[in-house]
Amino acid sequence: MAETSDLPVGDEPVLAVGDLVKTFTEGKARKGGVVRAVGGVSFAIEQGSMFTLLGPSGCGKTTTLRCIAGLEQPDSGHIAVRGTTFFSSEDRINVQANERGLGMVFQSYAIWPHMNVFQNVAFPLQVADRKQKMSRTEIREKVERVLSVVQLGELVDRQATDLSGGQQQRLALARALVMEPPLLLLDEPLSNLDAKLREEMRFELKDLQRRLGITAIYVTHDQVEALAMSNTVAVMNAGKIEQVGRPRQIYETPSSLFVADFIGTSNFFPGRVTAEEPGDTFLVETSAGTLYANSSAPYSKGDPVTVAVRPEQVAIEKGTFPARAGVWNGQVTNRAFLGESVDHVVAVGGIEIRCRCNPSISIPPGSDVTITFNEREATLLPADG
Amino acid sequence: MAQASAQVAVPFLRRVSLRRIFSGRNLTITVVIAIITYMAVIPVGYLVWGTFWNGQSLTLEFFRSAYSTVGLTPMVVNSLIFAAGSTALAVPLGTLLAYLVVRTDLRFKGLMFAASLVPLIIPGILHTVSWIFLASPNIGIYNRLIFDRVPFLPKFDIFSLQGMILVEGLHLTPLIFLLMVAAFRSMDPSLEESALMSGAKLPTIMRRVTLPLVRPALYASILIMAIRALEAFEVPALLGIPSGIWVFTSRIWSALKGFPAEYGQAGAYAMSLLLITSVGVYLHTRMSRRGKRFQTVTGKGFRPHPIQLGRWKVPAQLFLMAYFLIAVTMPVLVLLYVSTQPFYSVPSLESISNSSLENYRYTFDNPQALRALRNSFALGIGSATAVMLVTAVASWIVVRTKARGRWLVDNVATVPLVIPGLVMGVALLFVYLRAPVPIFGTIWILFIAYFTRYMPYGMRYSSASMYQIGGELEESAQICGASWWKTFRKVNLPLLVPGLIAGWIYIVMVSVRELSSSILLYTPGNEVLSVIIWEQWENGQFTELAALGVVMVVALVALVAVAKKLGARVGVKEG
Repeated sequence: MAETSDLPVGDEPVLAVGDLVKTFTEGKARKGGVVRAVGGVSFAIEQGSMFTLLGPSGCGKTTTLRCIAGLEQPDSGHIAVRGTTFFSSEDRINVQANERGLGMVFQSYAIWPHMNVFQNVAFPLQVADRKQKMSRTEIREKVERVLSVVQLGELVDRQATDLSGGQQQRLALARALVMEPPLLLLDEPLSNLDAKLREEMRFELKDLQRRLGITAIYVTHDQVEALAMSNTVAVMNAGKIEQVGRPRQIYETPSSLFVADFIGTSNFFPGRVTAEEPGDTFLVETSAGTLYANSSAPYSKGDPVTVAVRPEQVAIEKGTFPARAGVWNGQVTNRAFLGESVDHVVAVGGIEIRCRCNPSISIPPGSDVTITFNEREATLLPADG
Repeated sequence: MAQASAQVAVPFLRRVSLRRIFSGRNLTITVVIAIITYMAVIPVGYLVWGTFWNGQSLTLEFFRSAYSTVGLTPMVVNSLIFAAGSTALAVPLGTLLAYLVVRTDLRFKGLMFAASLVPLIIPGILHTVSWIFLASPNIGIYNRLIFDRVPFLPKFDIFSLQGMILVEGLHLTPLIFLLMVAAFRSMDPSLEESALMSGAKLPTIMRRVTLPLVRPALYASILIMAIRALEAFEVPALLGIPSGIWVFTSRIWSALKGFPAEYGQAGAYAMSLLLITSVGVYLHTRMSRRGKRFQTVTGKGFRPHPIQLGRWKVPAQLFLMAYFLIAVTMPVLVLLYVSTQPFYSVPSLESISNSSLENYRYTFDNPQALRALRNSFALGIGSATAVMLVTAVASWIVVRTKARGRWLVDNVATVPLVIPGLVMGVALLFVYLRAPVPIFGTIWILFIAYFTRYMPYGMRYSSASMYQIGGELEESAQICGASWWKTFRKVNLPLLVPGLIAGWIYIVMVSVRELSSSILLYTPGNEVLSVIIWEQWENGQFTELAALGVVMVVALVALVAVAKKLGARVGVKEG
């Protein structure tokens, strides 16, 4: 399933995960209460990139992250960071979480309320054992440096609980970064912030990651966050990776019904392939009409398929024009002004199609209209997803 | 609502009819406040008065005689060592058990919760007696079967300060366990996980993250434990007096049981004890208020990820099982065993073949025991019902009305919390031996003692459930035209029922096992179960005592089970 082929080829990946499986027992195992949270996940992350695991709650993304962190022990598979094996069911290796040296930001931040800002950040340096232990002055220097990077420099002696939500978030980040970990794990770090702050932090976090060249793995259920921040997105569903790719790729050419449905809004038309055209294009017949759609996968005449089209890829025009492939006639049934755009719902032969238009276009319900599909942006998907 | 209370506050600015002033609402409120004030304030007031007033003038003579006759220092030192020792045993033990049960992957966690109910159901006197059967130097099973047979191993003497600390500490460990379980449960596990990710080892995490985070609960446990140990009567009386180890409570007891009874002296000891426990309770209240600062952002609905103990798992599991065996199973088993014996002896093939139900027959043929059984349960049910009804109204006043000084009601109702049972007994003796109210010598003085002692607990249960009911439910009933009394009966009470029943069950249980007030206040004919057990102990009727104890525990469990079942039917189901 994992399509790692179109990722840039670097030297050694920072993180390599192979065939990771993790099951949970719920209730009595004998009674079949075994839940497969992660079912054979593989991926690799390049130096300096932001890799996102995106999916609905319960898809296994957090469990995958916790397995990498060492907080959860996988049933089988392989995890290696910079060539060091952390977990391998084959070689019976399992490095404890406190020996992996990774940085992690938790959803709840997990700021220790009984310590002040400095103590929170200094903790990872203070508990370091053996020869890595630093002197007091070294620790202070390092803590102050990392706090100024996350713009908490003036709050060094503040009690951690007195910080605002955004500041606590940055503190958690500073604590994760102070050890200079090879890999940063971010578990829905923005989900506890309010909408406005979340948007701000999104850019700040991305900027920081790029500036410091941090390699990070980011878990979220928020597609906008995923698309805005990542170099690579892996969409997960039911414990498996459905698709891996650049954000634009994922958005524009989803490889399954699930991905197309989960990311953004799409119109779906079930139908059958009636002809194959040059350039990976197929003519599809649906109950509302015919249209062209694209896919790099092979299909032959008669295959049941689904065509996915984003609302913004459907143009709408007043009046009736002769229908043909990709140009259908219908009637506006609903209209909603959304500020940046106007959504029209158009009924064509019993199917409702959502069209997103420039706010200058506004057609009252009941009007006869013609809709035109942007043929390059219609995606052909297998019928069952 | 606001309008109604404004009318109470400024009755003369409006034309308010007499009927309104004497409405059911105001009448009920007045009566409830009067009861609470009378119950809480009078005993303490009389105690102070009687301790400093010798009949003619203010005096310190009772303090002088109290502290000169026995020697102040050894008693105070013993009291403090006893309290500190049992705290030092129970708090670390209870905390460790709570941590293992809540945060790790141990098995048989249910055992611990079962064990935590034991001290609530088994009265302190039975628990202490069981330990004497188990560990007394002459007849104790442990000594006879283990320590005597292993060479060079000294006997374990339960009649010593160490023995007292062991029994009291083990009896109260489950209390600490429950307090700490709540604390560990409310802690966000990612606080520990982030320490793990920082590279810290388990002991470091415990020391620098886990324990500091539960510090408020830990301090509260220490204070509660120390106060409970200072108030404890059964253990110092049964284990301390025979070996001459005196503490405050046993001193109060002996001052009153001597002839003539030294009321002034008892009052002087009681005042000192009251002072110490008041400081403790005050510190505890202040701390729990400050504890709010420690509440932190928690993840939304976190799933607890138990810590993998790894190679520590087997020792920890053994430790848990050993605790259960020593602190719960053995005391219960020995009680059952003794109750089937014609006379007490260390278990052997012969003694087991002699077992019969003769003691149970004796118990059920003994009119005194039967009367005590009836008295105990009548008192328990009666005082629990009265307390819950009164505190339901009181908590309504505190939570719902805007009446000025309503916080005072809460504080006054909580006052008895600082009064140890024995001190309460002394105080009520002061009141009703002198006041012209003819209840001394009747069962009603015990009712008043139980009511007063358990009013604070009733108040906690009632106001906790009152806070959960939205005020608008009541307001909408009033908009519909219901009178105050009707609203209270038809809306508030049914919604309060689950909380009230929980409080009721708790008060029935603690009343039935109550000893330290009853032992001072009972008169022949009005004995309760714990007093009969006490007397049987003094008469050396060990086997009959064990049978009566078993009957008492079984009856209590049955009553609680029935109450829970009924409560579930009457109350409004949640969700």
